[in-house]
Amino acid sequence: MLQAKKKTGLVFFPAFDWAISPTHPEREERLLYTQDQVFEEGLLDIDGIYEYKPDLVTINDVQRVHFCVPDPWAVMTESHFISAGGAKTIGMAVMDGTVERGFAIVRPPGHHACRIVHGCRGFCNVNIEAIMIEYIRRAYGVKRIAIVDTDCHHGDGSQDIYWHDPNTLFISLHQDGRTLYPGSGFLKERGGPNAVGTTVNIPLPPNTSDEGFLYAIREMVLPILDEFKPELIINSAGQDNHYSDPITNMNLSARGYAELTTLLKADIAVLEGGYAIEGALPYVNTGIILAMAGLDYDHLSEPDYDPAAYRQSRETTEYIHQLGERVLEQWHNREALTRSVRSMDNPDQRTRNIYYDTDNIQEQQHETIRICDDCGGALRIESSANRGQPILAVHIPVDACAACQEQGHRWFDTARRDQFANIYLQDRTTDRYTSANKK
Amino acid sequence: MIIGLDVGGTHTDVILLDGRKLIREAKVATDPDNLFETLIAGLNAIIEGIDPAAIQRAVLSTTLATNLVAQQKLPEVGMVVAGGPGIDPRHFRTNEFYYTVDGAQDHRGREIKTLDDNQLQSIGEELQRRGIRYAGVVSKFSVRNSAQEEKMAALLQPYVERVFMGHCFSGSLNFPRRIATTYLNCAVYPIHKKFFTAVQESLAQKGLTMPIRILRPDGGNMNIQSSVDHPAQTILSGPSASVMGAISSAPAEGTCLVLDIGGTTTDMAVLIDKAPLLAPLGIEITPYKTLIRALLTHSIGIGGDSVVRVQDGELTIGPDRIGKAMAYGGPEPTPTDAFYVLGKGGGDGGDAAKSRAGLAPIAEALGLSVEEAAQRIFTSACQTILDAAEEMIKTINSKPVYTVHELWEGSQIRVSHILILGGPAPQFANELQTMFSGEVAVVPHHHVANAIGCALARTTCEVILFADTDQGRATSPSENFSQKIPYNFSLDDARAMAQDLLRKKAIQRGANPNDMQTEVLEESQFNMVRGFQTVGKNMRVRMQVKPGLIRVR
Repeated sequence: MLQAKKKTGLVFFPAFDWAISPTHPEREERLLYTQDQVFEEGLLDIDGIYEYKPDLVTINDVQRVHFCVPDPWAVMTESHFISAGGAKTIGMAVMDGTVERGFAIVRPPGHHACRIVHGCRGFCNVNIEAIMIEYIRRAYGVKRIAIVDTDCHHGDGSQDIYWHDPNTLFISLHQDGRTLYPGSGFLKERGGPNAVGTTVNIPLPPNTSDEGFLYAIREMVLPILDEFKPELIINSAGQDNHYSDPITNMNLSARGYAELTTLLKADIAVLEGGYAIEGALPYVNTGIILAMAGLDYDHLSEPDYDPAAYRQSRETTEYIHQLGERVLEQWHNREALTRSVRSMDNPDQRTRNIYYDTDNIQEQQHETIRICDDCGGALRIESSANRGQPILAVHIPVDACAACQEQGHRWFDTARRDQFANIYLQDRTTDRYTSANKK
Repeated sequence: MIIGLDVGGTHTDVILLDGRKLIREAKVATDPDNLFETLIAGLNAIIEGIDPAAIQRAVLSTTLATNLVAQQKLPEVGMVVAGGPGIDPRHFRTNEFYYTVDGAQDHRGREIKTLDDNQLQSIGEELQRRGIRYAGVVSKFSVRNSAQEEKMAALLQPYVERVFMGHCFSGSLNFPRRIATTYLNCAVYPIHKKFFTAVQESLAQKGLTMPIRILRPDGGNMNIQSSVDHPAQTILSGPSASVMGAISSAPAEGTCLVLDIGGTTTDMAVLIDKAPLLAPLGIEITPYKTLIRALLTHSIGIGGDSVVRVQDGELTIGPDRIGKAMAYGGPEPTPTDAFYVLGKGGGDGGDAAKSRAGLAPIAEALGLSVEEAAQRIFTSACQTILDAAEEMIKTINSKPVYTVHELWEGSQIRVSHILILGGPAPQFANELQTMFSGEVAVVPHHHVANAIGCALARTTCEVILFADTDQGRATSPSENFSQKIPYNFSLDDARAMAQDLLRKKAIQRGANPNDMQTEVLEESQFNMVRGFQTVGKNMRVRMQVKPGLIRVR
């Protein structure tokens, strides 16, 4: 009889009746063959593996993370409440100690959704990991959390949400942004002036295979995690680094994914992208589940897998080794980098354009952070999109110092009501979200 | 007239019905070491003086297969398993002669690794050399394509008497359960076949030639020939007899909890609008998890004869039974003794004074009077049953669903009625009524309602059809069915095809073509998109003949 070495919880929510559009990669069929494989393998019968029905997230859960414009109902469908809810359900099962680890195999995904949401970008509307994490922070008082994003696309939404948070380490391994959506995630993106270094980007070259990925985990991710000492490790488990994925160019195998999971020892994994629905997902998900449960996956392999065909070149290996040195150097120099970042002109200001590819929305943001050594810093964002009128969002972090709390409230109270369609205050110290409409 | 016979752990209930009218009932002691004699004794008791020609059918629920599994008396068979990529199939070993071989199919039933003929032939030779007469073959995803199992069976057939193929027993996905299910069918087969051949011969000698049906754990039955082909589908049929016995008293609308309170255990099941809920996958009988279709039942160790104790100042009831109640000369106090003390005894010869004496030490340990202790025992037994029922309903309500619609609209069941059968049903009903806000009722003829349910159960079966318009094929391997389909084949077509297969299967198993309620259990269809082109549709339809009662004149 098979017995999981680690009690593992699963939420499996394939949303068989939900699609972005009929032929979109994010469609009903996406997890069909995964379900077939999971059922046929009998994974849910294994002693120590438990399946949970997802709860729905509440509006409060969403507003603890996001500023939805004009409100959550406008940017979310039922399916988003469930997929975020699936992540939350797993988070609770792990935090309550009912299971040691958990994996939310849910869709739609979330890691491209930023703090402000005007619509759908990169198939994501709301950030399901962030909603789960902030719920866990609120309900269980966890402080230090690490996210390791192993989706092939840079997790720019998660990066945006945790850019100023020194207590959340965000590490993203992805195909180099010069060759893939969303075109970001370079080494120099390393966090805002209050959190320099706690954003770590590892842009891997196209055609990286198991060897390169596992090297990056062993030689870059694990040492950084060791030093950061998170209380909880979350894996944004995208599966589009697979050699058969139709929209990316990497060469990871199902066994490679399983190995990665074993090395990472994440407490919670949440499915992100992955669109090789027949050739990869059934095997990758099986591999991740087995690895999380501490079970043997030596017999797992894609029917067509030929390791020799997907071996990475010597140049790729060499490139990744050099990349590793730079990643670690930057990580170790984060204090010096903080001083240099803060000595630049207007280090507290940031102006950006954010493109929502799925919904074709252009957003302009101007951000002001209160530079602070005592907390993540009060944050003020003016945002306007080519749909609707400008809004103002004010965020007071959960551990905000008195000065940042005061700053946040001042920004909110003194905002000119005639300039913005909506003004929002996300006060995490009281877990309250307030919105004021235009006069 | 119809005979219903339900073999239980301690006694066997037999009834004779004329239409729906109970005209005769009998109880004989069960001899677990000689079920054949038990069965014949039960039948003799009920047909005495009845014209054999007037008997139209007999439905039997036996513990033959259940006992073989529980007592680990299964004969040795050979199991041959082709796993392919995934969990190492050696983890699913069922028995000593268990072989894993080359060969694999993927989730759409496409062959990804061929079988090795020599490997199978040498296994066949080994089985023959060891004198093993029966073999089971299972391949992963054989319910999508049975070709590999059929080839394995053909290669082994020359060496053994019979080969059982995994895809014949269920259309559901679950390779480890398919292995266990095939193993149990294979291992139960020789004893089951011998037993029912003997039963038929013995009845024929008495001039009884009516069709004989065997009860299944899904609340349905099958004829003897089908049972020989699927012998493990008789395991754990007992609880389904009781559930079927309760159906006719159940409310037409609402959720009804059925409690069968016996001597040792209380079995519970759920009826929704008079239809029983099925277990999601199949029966579990330690150490096997199977795909054998079954009603959803839950059993707890509390009954009329459960031992009552005081441990560390706490009252406990069950889960064991040591013997009869003390009122009947048993060794330990039981809830039945509490009834006697409270003046609610059955009035069938029990001695209330013995009950009172038996409960005295319990009362003393609890610091109560004997009457108070008896009431405490009674209330506590009822509370334990209600708590277990609540837990069962909670589990049902937390079953995962896989569509936004089902999750968002997800209806939660709430018990509105309780129906009770079994020996102490009337006593329990009165007490439960004080603790439960809905309606509580006793099933008429509560002490033999299980045998009545057995007699009136309909023939049931299930079919799963899988259609893939990209591959241009509809298949239902368990029905040995595979047919070409056009590109424009629709879900309606798939449903009609499944319905047709279901009717044929049911009739073959002994169903009355004019009395067959069919329903779709699950259906879904998916556009299969490759690149940005829709290349076809992938459909799944699961249908059943609903468990229920036959129409009788």
